[in-house]
Amino acid sequence: MSLLKFDRRTFLKASAASVLATGAAAGGARAAGVTIGIVYVGPRDDFGWNQAHAVAAQALKTIPGVTVVEEENVPETDACAKTMESMVNLDNANIILGTSFGYFAPFMIDLSKKYAKVQFRHAAPLWTPALPKNLGSYFGYLNQAHYVDGVAAGLSTKSNKLGFVAAKPIASVLSNINSFLLGARKTNPSATVQVIFTGDWSLPVREAEATNALVDAGADVITCHVDSPKVVIETAEKRGVKTCGHNASQAPLAPKGFITGAEYKWITIYKGYASDLTAGKTLPNMVSGGYEADMVQNTPFGAGASDAARAAATSAIADLKAKKPIYVGPLKDNKGNLVIAKTYDNLDPYLDKMDYLLEGVQGSTT
Amino acid sequence: MADIAEPLRPAVIAPKHWGDLSIRLRRGAEYIVIPLLALAITALLFSLLLLALGKSPLEFFALVERGGFGTSFSLQNTLQRSSPLILTALCVALPARIGLVVIGGEGALVLGGFASAVVAIPMVLGHVPPLLTLCLMAAAGMLVGAFWIGIVGYLRYARGVNETISSLLMTYIGIAIMNFFVEGSLRDLSNPNKPSTMPIGDAYMVGQIPGTDVHWGLVAGIVLSILLYILLSRTTFGFAVRVAGGNPRAALAQGLPVGKLIVICCAIAGACAGLAGFFEVAAIQGRANASLAAGYGYTGILVSFLARHNPLAIIPVAILFGGIVASGGLIERRMGLPDATVLVVQGMAFVVLLMSETLYGRFKIFQVRGAADRT
Repeated sequence: MSLLKFDRRTFLKASAASVLATGAAAGGARAAGVTIGIVYVGPRDDFGWNQAHAVAAQALKTIPGVTVVEEENVPETDACAKTMESMVNLDNANIILGTSFGYFAPFMIDLSKKYAKVQFRHAAPLWTPALPKNLGSYFGYLNQAHYVDGVAAGLSTKSNKLGFVAAKPIASVLSNINSFLLGARKTNPSATVQVIFTGDWSLPVREAEATNALVDAGADVITCHVDSPKVVIETAEKRGVKTCGHNASQAPLAPKGFITGAEYKWITIYKGYASDLTAGKTLPNMVSGGYEADMVQNTPFGAGASDAARAAATSAIADLKAKKPIYVGPLKDNKGNLVIAKTYDNLDPYLDKMDYLLEGVQGSTT
Repeated sequence: MADIAEPLRPAVIAPKHWGDLSIRLRRGAEYIVIPLLALAITALLFSLLLLALGKSPLEFFALVERGGFGTSFSLQNTLQRSSPLILTALCVALPARIGLVVIGGEGALVLGGFASAVVAIPMVLGHVPPLLTLCLMAAAGMLVGAFWIGIVGYLRYARGVNETISSLLMTYIGIAIMNFFVEGSLRDLSNPNKPSTMPIGDAYMVGQIPGTDVHWGLVAGIVLSILLYILLSRTTFGFAVRVAGGNPRAALAQGLPVGKLIVICCAIAGACAGLAGFFEVAAIQGRANASLAAGYGYTGILVSFLARHNPLAIIPVAILFGGIVASGGLIERRMGLPDATVLVVQGMAFVVLLMSETLYGRFKIFQVRGAADRT
């Protein structure tokens, strides 16, 4: 009975609220400090791409003077434009971080023209100097962390067969596969990588099938490049093989077999934006880097990592921080063509156009 | 014929004097008061849920108001989001009046949008004037949408296939057809990471209503709603549709071409959803890609049911829904509620409104002696 009385009061309060609301409770204009708006295409706890950004957002919130507003599951339609505009108009956001590929064109380009005083940054290398100056791109060279995965995986395999579940044969994915192979070859010259492309970023059923197929074919370390590696890692753990992660930490999903994983360290970039905005400096339009710039990292070692693997991976990380190259030429692709004639710097733009799998990778890009 | 006509069109039969107006007002009031009551109950139930979560209902409704309607930006945000919902709701409403539950508007939207984008490619390359191009794009979108839902109607009347199931399954086929072409032969290779058709370019885009951020799809939706309302309530075609919807056997016995009416209703419905797809392409995306399947077709089902399949009522209901969705983000950001909150509100409203159907005819105040209930 008392509950019922409570209801009525709530209801009255609620009805009163909708009448009195304008500008009252929901005002919340934030005068001082920096407000950062972050928009995700999926859930923040997806064990993958979105989570990697959400972890950084969480860390940003601890910085004094920085307010973070977030929205998840925002599709790549005008819904994302309206969400961003809402953050600008109703939350007074100073900068909008769009973390999904499809947000950029036409939505973020249009918004950057409409709101010239607001900064817009997008997590893929799409910005060109012809586009507005308050728009920009940021991304990390995750292949460096996949290289470290490979170094540890090379010492963890008994069959010398490593498995890679990949989404699409585009440059960034191919670079991760090739770097994983080169890392593995560094510690285990007879290691090979078998790759299966699922065809899209999020196909859980096909990812599980691919993982099972790789394990059936003899692979005893599995890694992947899909949006959310959850299914791959869990399936591999069930099959009793070891795993390396991707995008965010999947360590809790594989308490027995997890070795380490390739993770973005978006907080480095986000902190940079926050401090530049606070100091009133102009934000860079293009921010990118790998270990040398502290923009990627490896997940802390799991139970699957042997002492030897830990030591080798740790020293590989030190090498990358010292800008030691991954792609040491000459290298051939798996069809026998010479594709990398000389040694390339880790950030060399030549490597961004990769459209081949190196010798030692079983699989095809077509 | 007269036996059926009388209860359906009492206003015409009744003598024209002041009592007539009061009858109509009282009858009309029932259709406004009961949905409002249902929405109030939804608000109450949702407040309980918020209290259970330890959140303030006061803050929630204040944020809905601010995020959905309170500022000029919010209002435009709401209207923009409601415009595809009006069109996809019409895709449900029209077949519903003839007794069909068609829930495949999403498929017609996706294929309609895809057809618009495809038709545009040679015209943009051939520098055909934008206005002509847009007209042809809209026509293509509507035709393909009409064809798609028309199939559902044909299967229903010719083969007895359940239209709810067939339209739902055809949505998956429709999305797959678009993906097949967008990722294959019609893919724009200059955009390597997100498969799309060739962009139509700014010059060929549908603009905004002057002075606002809202595109012309809203106007198209409102105009179509009014036209379809007139079609249903003021023409012999609409009368035949309502008779067939009320009792198809009786309609057949009266010599009405029920099969033809079903296909025509489905085709008009599909054209509405196809037009929504055209606006998604021509006013928002500028190209066709997987983002076309954004769920507007499914939300439209909800809107149509809440509007009791009345084309005129669809307009305010769609705007209400647009407002709830528009404020969803602000609620998520300010109150730390999950994004599914908006879905919970929508679901509650749906259930309560369906239950409120049983209230019609139960309140004496709305009843007029001697006048039968209207369907």
